[in-house]
Amino acid sequence: MKMTILTGKSVFGGIAIGRLSFYKRGQGTIQRRHVEDTARESQRFEEARQQAIRELKGLYDKALQEVGEANAAIFEIHQMMLDDLDYRESVSNIIETQKVNAEYAVGTTADNFAQMFSSMDDAYMQGRAADVKDVSDRVLRILSGGSDEGQTLTEPCIIAADDLVPSETVQLDKSRVLAFATMYGSANSHTAILARTMGIPAVIGLGERLDPSMDGVTAVVDGFEGRVILDPDAETLAVMQNRQEQEQKRRELLLSLRGKETVTKDGRMVNLYANIGNVSDLGAALQNDAGGIGLFRSEFLYLENEDYPTEEEQFQVYKTAAMNMAGKKVIIRTLDIGADKQAPYFELPKEENPAMGMRAIRICLTRPQVFKTQLRALYRASAFGQIAIMFPMITSLKEVRAIRGIAEGVKSELKAEGIPFQEDVELGIMIETPAAVMVSPELAREVDFFSVGTNDLTQYTLAVDRQNSSLEEFFDPRHPAVLRMLRMTAEAAHQAGIWVGICGELAADLELTEEFLRMGIDELSVSPGMILPLRQKIRELDLSDPR
Amino acid sequence: MVEFQYVITDREGIHARPAGELVKKANGFQSSITIHKGEKSGDAKRIFAIMALAAKKDEEIRVTVEGPDEAQAAAQIEAFLKENL
Repeated sequence: MKMTILTGKSVFGGIAIGRLSFYKRGQGTIQRRHVEDTARESQRFEEARQQAIRELKGLYDKALQEVGEANAAIFEIHQMMLDDLDYRESVSNIIETQKVNAEYAVGTTADNFAQMFSSMDDAYMQGRAADVKDVSDRVLRILSGGSDEGQTLTEPCIIAADDLVPSETVQLDKSRVLAFATMYGSANSHTAILARTMGIPAVIGLGERLDPSMDGVTAVVDGFEGRVILDPDAETLAVMQNRQEQEQKRRELLLSLRGKETVTKDGRMVNLYANIGNVSDLGAALQNDAGGIGLFRSEFLYLENEDYPTEEEQFQVYKTAAMNMAGKKVIIRTLDIGADKQAPYFELPKEENPAMGMRAIRICLTRPQVFKTQLRALYRASAFGQIAIMFPMITSLKEVRAIRGIAEGVKSELKAEGIPFQEDVELGIMIETPAAVMVSPELAREVDFFSVGTNDLTQYTLAVDRQNSSLEEFFDPRHPAVLRMLRMTAEAAHQAGIWVGICGELAADLELTEEFLRMGIDELSVSPGMILPLRQKIRELDLSDPR
Repeated sequence: MVEFQYVITDREGIHARPAGELVKKANGFQSSITIHKGEKSGDAKRIFAIMALAAKKDEEIRVTVEGPDEAQAAAQIEAFLKENL
């Protein structure tokens, strides 16, 4: 076989190299058999059902320990499904009236109940058809005499499958699972969520090019790039092994720093948060022990769509983020489109000077409907965790007041509709224009926090187009002018009693960490991979030392 | 027989988890407990029947309870709905 690269969607980062093992399911096709002794078939079903419930109890306990109550609850619901009288009566009736074997009766009942869910007018309920199949498959497996070991793994390997149901993922011997690679599945499926919680690299949606004939080949699962390399050539393998080693080193650092406080030797606590660009990055943020999300760029919702994302679509994404972070702060930046980030359906006119043109908050304020949709989704999600909202490209007090007005309007709408939300969602602004720095004392009185976007602040302060690569030598984020702007911003924030952070790339510049902390910066938000190196740096600093 | 009405306020409606909790609760009573939504109705002790109602936010359900412990069952089921749905 020649080296093949399949691309899919990553649900959890990391690199795994190993043998591909296709998930083998116990049962084949169900045969319809005529039986005379229907009482015996009913008895077989009853015994299998009881056995299945015992297994599910075991899985519930296992999942409870490994992935927590919220993820384990599904196995309790599965038990109730098997206890359901309608389900049991359906199986018995089919056995009695058609004089058939228990397997056939269970299979038919499963199809009928799954069909009932699939035909419901509700995406969530449609998804429950998979649960009916999952519990029924368990009973069928027991009827056919199969054991509950699922896949027995003799060596560590990469599990490949069309898709895995929750009971299958939780049953696997995780000490021998290097990664998951599946043909189908969504980022919100039980499997993706469990994989994320367990911290196993996983790439889903690889399509039908991943097929069972590949069982046993050597493969690389690249959870960073969302791809699977089958039968890699020597050169590729060496590159990936190298990346894996780096990853290993990072993990070791992670192990030693996870759960430790981000605090200097003299006791200054710093909030160390993650910058993310999609829900799929949440796993990386948690894995790296982020204290929260300091910048969730919401643009992907707009850039990956052919049309304006609906309130519901956005709500689901923000809610997922809030729930995954489980009470930790999630700061979501409202759409920052325009300039280098264009979505055709916005039909933004071509501009001479897009960096200074119709972008970010300017679009929101000139198209309030688009803005309100996003704010409604954000406030609704605030009922599920600790959401904060941040507005980009602010230059004046007038803008901030306009934003607050619109936010208040959204809140009263939701209240009138009886939709729950958090009343005191923190509202903050990005400081990324020199104008915002100059009026920061006034702005600080109107908002709950500042977060400095150093890339744009550098571009606008130094009048250097950051998209123009020939100007690279002039683009200096460490320019004293930029650093002085940062200091002014921090002072204004503290004077008004609000917190100030940095979420631009400069936040991860380890040579400036000490200076930032001396300025009084309260929060640093960096890409997930930089969190632990930065924590290490901060823990080595002693600000009580005079310079 | 005891009867009461309730309007779902949970934005996700009666989804799997609360349905499961409701079934657990209902099974703690001897009385038969039925949930009605419009033309449809389902036995509160059966998870599929409850889920099949697909009761969503703002929809009104009617609960009827009949049996030896009906007063106590109705009160507790109502309290459960208010707290969880």
